[in-house]
Amino acid sequence: MEVVQVHEVFKFYKKYADRHKFLTIKSALVNKTLFGDLQVGERFEALRGVSFDVKSGQTLGIIGENGSGKSTLLKILAGISKPTTGEVITSGRISALIELGAGFHPEISGRENIFINGVILGLTRKQIQEKYQEIVRFAELEEFIDNPVKSYSSGMFMRLGFSIAINVNPDILLVDEVLAVGDASFVPKCLDKINEFRRHGKTIIYVSHDLATIERICDDVIWIKKGKIEMRGYPKRVTDAYLEYIGKKDEKKSLAQHGEEEKLSGNEKEKRWGSREIEISNVKMFDAANREKYIFETDEPLAIQFDVEARVAESDFVFGIGVYNGEGVNCYGSNTLLENYAARQIQGKGKVRLTVPALGLVNGTYFLDIAVHKRDGYPFDYHHFQYTFRVTSNHRDVGIARIPHHWEFSDNIALFKNEDS
Amino acid sequence: MRYNDYSEIIMIEKLKEILRHRELILILVSRELKARYRGTVLGFFWSLFNPLLLMLVYTVVFGFIIGGGRVAGFESTKFYALFLFNGILPWTWFSSSLLESANVLMVQGALIKKIKFPIEVLPIMVVTTNMVHFLFGLPVLVAFFLIFGKSLTWWVLFLPVSLLAQYIFTMGLCFLVSALTVHFRDIKDILANLITLWFFATPIIYTYGSVPKALQYVLNLNPMTHIVESYHYAFYFGSLPHWKRFSVTILVGLLFFYMGYLLFDKLRDTYVEEV
Repeated sequence: MEVVQVHEVFKFYKKYADRHKFLTIKSALVNKTLFGDLQVGERFEALRGVSFDVKSGQTLGIIGENGSGKSTLLKILAGISKPTTGEVITSGRISALIELGAGFHPEISGRENIFINGVILGLTRKQIQEKYQEIVRFAELEEFIDNPVKSYSSGMFMRLGFSIAINVNPDILLVDEVLAVGDASFVPKCLDKINEFRRHGKTIIYVSHDLATIERICDDVIWIKKGKIEMRGYPKRVTDAYLEYIGKKDEKKSLAQHGEEEKLSGNEKEKRWGSREIEISNVKMFDAANREKYIFETDEPLAIQFDVEARVAESDFVFGIGVYNGEGVNCYGSNTLLENYAARQIQGKGKVRLTVPALGLVNGTYFLDIAVHKRDGYPFDYHHFQYTFRVTSNHRDVGIARIPHHWEFSDNIALFKNEDS
Repeated sequence: MRYNDYSEIIMIEKLKEILRHRELILILVSRELKARYRGTVLGFFWSLFNPLLLMLVYTVVFGFIIGGGRVAGFESTKFYALFLFNGILPWTWFSSSLLESANVLMVQGALIKKIKFPIEVLPIMVVTTNMVHFLFGLPVLVAFFLIFGKSLTWWVLFLPVSLLAQYIFTMGLCFLVSALTVHFRDIKDILANLITLWFFATPIIYTYGSVPKALQYVLNLNPMTHIVESYHYAFYFGSLPHWKRFSVTILVGLLFFYMGYLLFDKLRDTYVEEV
């Protein structure tokens, strides 16, 4: 049975930047455009004809680049905004994990905020009273529940918000990337709870950049590209196609960027800076067999390779690399200076290759920083978060790095390893 | 015309919908009150500070500086102070509601943008919260009557009717203001000035009776005249309000409520994108 039906949904937004940010009566009267300004002007098409169904008990993943329309779609599914045309039919109670702790008042205790937030999410006081203990226990806030929320850390705030939202006991759960902001020990707990929902046959729609999680928990994945469904199907198939597209796009972008810095938009400028006396291009990743690849197993060997071009001869230069996980945590960073390479001379075109015998990172999506700069930090070319790769494995361990280890037990402890998992 | 068509016109379904949210309204109002009173020990005092200050200033100006010890038409300066406070209390409810409702959709933007939320609850929350502040002020008003030795009459029981009339009229205006401010941000500034003017166009610092006949016609056009007057009758004068003018005011209030809600509802889908 379909519990969510999305039919030919279009969503247009008015573009403000070139018209007005905040309209005033004064300007409307002065320009004699009182009624004209209320008309829709130039518009941005966030969704362009999206149709799909979700069956009861299904877990659907939605992936796509920033600005592709994922969040707009989720807001429409949640009933927060309405489609410009088309229709969305849902059956059952919906809980959207888009904003956690909406309506929390900082001056008021956690206890009272549970009731406020619960009522805002559609529960009655009585229902909240019944679930109160469970909410507090799950949020691990027993000791702090009578303190005002302003004294909570952001992690505590998120935990409380998540705990209330999940205890609304919805039939359909919409999850945005909120989980990424929780503290490290709470994220697995949230995923466990979401898994529990799946086991109970609830319907889940999960929007995320974290492809590893999407693959692990979803039955079906939709890839949204520029407001349209590019692909729908088996998770692994869709995420692989998506990663390949992203990889190719990055490559094209770095080629197109060659010597055209002025064309870069503000967003891209943040991702790349430097004087370009030495320039990095064509950053690629390879596996042990030297095939270009962006998805690796935890223990797989890999290589990162890029082209460099020095326009003038330079004797002060350092190559550096940084690896960040999906939450923006720096997992590893190093450069040739830190590893005691003394720079002598660089001129013309060349290649740099960094080989890694075993990556040792846990499941997830990672970002790369690649840079060349002077010893004092003066940047020639700094690529920040420009490249993505993913680590998938059957290991279910958590954290950042997979520290090599093995377990040992004395004879009186009986434990047997399940080799198939 | 079928029954349904009528219910559409008089918004029965919409009103039922609003009533369904009463628990949400109550909890939001109590959140506002708790937050206001918890932040400061003198929270309760602060909500009365402004009306008390206004009373004091006008009493000093008209009673002592201009009047030299007495205000024309009043038995004593103490009674003038009573009369002032009698009108200033409901006025404060009215003016604070209007000013806050101009901001409320922007201030509470996260609720509108990030979760499915019945937006009309926000202006209702503003008007109701300020009504509670007003109610908290009533015991103080009664205390002043006892202290200054002016007796109260059974006409005090008329208060709920005045309350209802003011609630409906204020609510209508607040729906209008909160909806329009989303689209025209300078309404807030226009409103601040308008309210000052409106204050003096309402019989608060003077009695309705002391106004020349010609000007009374102008005052009659102001619904707040009759609403504030009805409080004067209930407390200070202790008699039945001018029932014809007051009935018309209730009808006008209902009309404002109807128009205000209609506009608010019409623009509903624009708030998510504009706040």
